[in-house]
Amino acid sequence: MQTWSRFNIASVVLGFAFLYLPIVLLVVFSFNESKLVTVWAGFSTKWYASLFRNQGLIDAAWVTIRVALLAASVATVLGTMAALALTRYTRFRGRLLFSGMVYAPLVMPEVITGLSLLLLFVAIGFDRGFWTVTLAHITFSMCFVTVVVQSRLLSFDRSIEEAAMDLGATPVRTFFEVTLPVIAPAVLSGWMLALTLSLDDLVIASFTSGPGATTLPMKIYSQVRLGVTPEINAACTILIGLVAVGVLVASILTKRREVQRLRDEQAAFAGR
Amino acid sequence: MAKLGSAIFSRLVIIIPYAWLLFFFLIPFFIVFRISLSTTAIAQPPYEPVFALADGLSGLWAKLGELHFDNFVWLTEDALYINAYLSSLWIAAVSTILTLVIGYPIAYGMAQAPRSLRPTLLMLVILPFWTSFLIRVYAWIAILKPEGLLNQFLLGIGIIDSPLIIINTNWAIYIGIVYSYLPFMVLPIYSALEKMDHSLIEAAQDLGCPPITAFWKVTFPLSIPGVVAGCMLVFIPAVGEFVIPDLLGGSQTLMIGKTLWNEFNANRDWPVSAAVATILLLILVVPIVFFQNAQAKAEEQGR
Repeated sequence: MQTWSRFNIASVVLGFAFLYLPIVLLVVFSFNESKLVTVWAGFSTKWYASLFRNQGLIDAAWVTIRVALLAASVATVLGTMAALALTRYTRFRGRLLFSGMVYAPLVMPEVITGLSLLLLFVAIGFDRGFWTVTLAHITFSMCFVTVVVQSRLLSFDRSIEEAAMDLGATPVRTFFEVTLPVIAPAVLSGWMLALTLSLDDLVIASFTSGPGATTLPMKIYSQVRLGVTPEINAACTILIGLVAVGVLVASILTKRREVQRLRDEQAAFAGR
Repeated sequence: MAKLGSAIFSRLVIIIPYAWLLFFFLIPFFIVFRISLSTTAIAQPPYEPVFALADGLSGLWAKLGELHFDNFVWLTEDALYINAYLSSLWIAAVSTILTLVIGYPIAYGMAQAPRSLRPTLLMLVILPFWTSFLIRVYAWIAILKPEGLLNQFLLGIGIIDSPLIIINTNWAIYIGIVYSYLPFMVLPIYSALEKMDHSLIEAAQDLGCPPITAFWKVTFPLSIPGVVAGCMLVFIPAVGEFVIPDLLGGSQTLMIGKTLWNEFNANRDWPVSAAVATILLLILVVPIVFFQNAQAKAEEQGR
């Protein structure tokens, strides 16, 4: 076993400092007394108070949360189906086009996706608003779900599925009782990924949204263009806090599940 | 019966997402192309001709005659657009190289870390990705401003005498792209390096190969699939990036994503923005296909 050399430690530490420093500074300055975001003038929570009086931001937050929950859930169902299609059925007509359509949105610039979806909605005469943003978010986030679930399905031991089918379970029952419980962590992290992508998206939402469906990133963006204010820092800090809590809970749950599984396996072997 | 159920199940699993992507991903591109051949009109929607089912086939044919390539000719005549495409490609290429140079040592360091530490390090690379992209770009404004935190720091320790002008220049965009896309570079390289058989390096060193030569002759070639995937994941979206040049680059920087956005939102010229999008897509088709082949190969290996 080679040692972890100084050079390697330095590059990892510097890399993480680069990744985290801007976020830490943003959080720190949300508690700044002064209106200037770059001069520290003492601790204060007044920006949080003024944030909660800002009805426009609160409305936008509600729209964003509703869109994200709905879009992430539908995207998870569709994305899991696509992952099954790609891993289980290696040969069907148009598979190449299908896999192309799954991978292309991962790298497609958002301005193109946004514009093309908007033109589609206009062409079919669909009024822009809550539903168009949701449909757009489902479309681009389902492909991320597919990639996450697909990598889990590829390392999946298919013999247990075959065993279930041999014992007479229907494919649907096999999926829900054998496959889904095993890939559940991947499906969950796919859902969370879709949720954050939707909560986060500015460009696609701006193209596809209409009056009355302003999302939080759109609101933040329009305020940032007017100037950096501690109020936006406070809003960002709350979002970061929510995400951090979510990730923490998810990782504790998966850890607990893993420990449980290990115990079950050991018990099974001991009992034999 | 079970066989029939199986057939229906497999059909549905394929057809539902397939139809969704056809309708919401592929067909819109044809609509974009079609509208790029229209003319701007002061109407709702702001272009003509507009196709309607009510026209029937003969009406459709008559309207097809009204389509033309004027918008594309217009793009080639105005230096603004050509410069915007070229500078987007340049900025994306420089940023990709910078991300690789910064990301590779991080991925390498992570892959060399004690095994027990690796999951935590991996989590720490992914974590910023869960926080808002907009927020992470926004955070850099306060750092890079002339009176911002970076200049305060550098002036404070006496490295510079007058504030560096970084914001509203290409450097701010490079920093923004490197920062936002770094995890996309680190993760594929890390997973390539982590899978590597370490005995290969030991064999090279036992045969008298100096560590640096061993790195270039053994480690680096084996990590190339990860490097390629990482570069594609950074380069392709960076070419069409909007938020970073808009917030950090100021009004002078020219990037095609921003041009498209302005053409659409400020000038309300839908046909020209559709033409801009069509050409951007054509430029990106080659790298996207390249990326998909790499992805398909990785999928094949995982099987």
